[in-house]
Amino acid sequence: MRLKIGIPKALLYYQYKDLLTRFFENLDCDIVISPNTTKETLEQGKKFVLDEACLSMKIYMGHVFYLLDKCDYILTYRVASVKKNEKVCTNFMALYDLCRNSFDKRFVYFNIDVDKKESQEFAFLSMGLSLGFPYRKVKSAYKDALNYQNLIKNREISKQKMILGSSKRRKILLAGHPYNLYDSFIGKEISHYLEKENIDVLYSDLYDTKYTDTDSSYISPKNYFTYNKDIMGCIHSLESEVDGIILITTFPCGPDSLCNEMITRYVKIPLITLTFDELNSDTGLLTRLESFLDILEERSKN
Amino acid sequence: MKEEVISFPHLASYCTPISFFLRNTTNHEIREAPKITKNTLLLGSKYAPDTVCIPFKYNLGNYIEALENGATILMQAGGGCRYGYYAEVQEKILRDLGYQFKFFSLVDGDHFTISHTFKVMKELSPTLSFFRFSYFGLLTILMIIYMDKIDALIRPRIGFALNPNEFKSLRERMLEDFSHTKGFFSLTRTYRKYKSLFLHLPINKPEKHLRIGIIGELYTAMEPFSTFFLEEELAKMNIEVKRFTNLTYLLFLKKWQTKRMLRRARKYCTYTLGADGMDNVYRAMELIDQGFDGIIHTKPFGCTPEIGAIPIIDKVCKSSDMPIIYFSFDSSTSDTGIKTRLEAFYDMIVNKKRGI
Repeated sequence: MRLKIGIPKALLYYQYKDLLTRFFENLDCDIVISPNTTKETLEQGKKFVLDEACLSMKIYMGHVFYLLDKCDYILTYRVASVKKNEKVCTNFMALYDLCRNSFDKRFVYFNIDVDKKESQEFAFLSMGLSLGFPYRKVKSAYKDALNYQNLIKNREISKQKMILGSSKRRKILLAGHPYNLYDSFIGKEISHYLEKENIDVLYSDLYDTKYTDTDSSYISPKNYFTYNKDIMGCIHSLESEVDGIILITTFPCGPDSLCNEMITRYVKIPLITLTFDELNSDTGLLTRLESFLDILEERSKN
Repeated sequence: MKEEVISFPHLASYCTPISFFLRNTTNHEIREAPKITKNTLLLGSKYAPDTVCIPFKYNLGNYIEALENGATILMQAGGGCRYGYYAEVQEKILRDLGYQFKFFSLVDGDHFTISHTFKVMKELSPTLSFFRFSYFGLLTILMIIYMDKIDALIRPRIGFALNPNEFKSLRERMLEDFSHTKGFFSLTRTYRKYKSLFLHLPINKPEKHLRIGIIGELYTAMEPFSTFFLEEELAKMNIEVKRFTNLTYLLFLKKWQTKRMLRRARKYCTYTLGADGMDNVYRAMELIDQGFDGIIHTKPFGCTPEIGAIPIIDKVCKSSDMPIIYFSFDSSTSDTGIKTRLEAFYDMIVNKKRGI
């Protein structure tokens, strides 16, 4: 019998989607991915976390809730540190235990904690083993999936570079965590709107993280939040090539609250910070976006 | 020659050992930041980012007041979660405000190493020898441990004191004596003297009394102003208070106890939850085992580690019918609201104890 694995389409899904789908396909598992975020997802997710938790967290819980009766296992994760001496938001550290305590369901998870010598490879191998697959099969599945992920990522990065180099249209950088940028409830609306306005949209996660350390040190040399460091690095490297930056954050994001302060104090080109919470009004958002585009227009005339 | 003025943000009464350490290892003048008032918080939240947690705002307010007071060197520590990143952002904000100062962070990011701290101290006073640094470092650590021990002694007593002000004034005298410490022997002597003094203060403790445990985020647990003097309020209600978080715990005990706590709480936590998240789950279980009457959980608004931990703590408490109340503090939290909720909570646990 084939195992059915449910993957919630929220939080780190956007970073690991190619790796995860390929990994489980190689292991002959069926994959169920939850549909795009809607208002209902949020309403469901709100019940399982504290009302002070950030919007992305509530959305994640909603996705998990959707998957409860549709699969054998739900995939979740605990990520403590992706690089040595660096950290991520503590929500990712608590995620597995939070899911385990909130839902009565079997979870399969990986735990990346490089500071405690648990690398990504180790995490995926032990996840595969915990599902009862033989070691060799898991190892080759992971290797293949990793290659596939790198291939896709490189292709997307070079696609973005092509746009930067060739396009004559106005360019705007959408900066923020991938799980906010691509979520249909948060960032997708903005990129749709911008594309309608004939603007090239660039994404901050399509950036080669090899250069993160040097690039981000211009903005903040002591930052130790890995994901925010990547955003800072991308903003520094693209600042001279784009016309404007839109910072997308959810309320009340922990690392963003400090890092965005550093970014807004550093950036010299037009920048707008859009904070999303449960009670978002589309009109307010559109008005702010329109006025931002007007600023860009006026600037290009001068 | 004293030319520079060192200042640092407040954390409860720990400014006594910290200024003792700085006074003995540097040649500069130490000027404690003005005491935290409502104005400190207003100043801090005016210039701080909106959604940042409240310790940042208090610290920033402390810095601005200290700079207005003539400070030229500011110190910051570091630690888990967002705290290690405070230093850089605060420095940036203060520089953009146009202040002239030097900024030193005793801890590099969130990793505490003696070599880094020594390097920073060496920059402050180039003639400092490693022997002097370590001697006064150890003395300061011992002082902190003694302070926490005395505090642990006071907490179960002050609620039943015949004259609560005696406790307060005696504690102030003790801190004053501590700051004039000469060496290890004189420090231990002072500690023993005050210990017996505290033990002999008259109290009237009934056999059946209420006991409450305070858990939660570290800053709100330690700094009394940030919780509107919660512990004093509880003492007025004749309640015995137990608090886990103090500097001794954060600096030394936490490292040793993490494994043991994780084993004890493994039913709910497979891993640590970041900062004090898992510790609080463990503490809640511990308080239930010890038969406490209620738990108070304090945290600043938007504290991510506690947000992850609270649903789990809630589950722990629900499973054994333990009353728990959560207080979340922000710059706009009103003390009346907190007091009303506290009174309601008090009535509830009194009724529960009576069996109504």
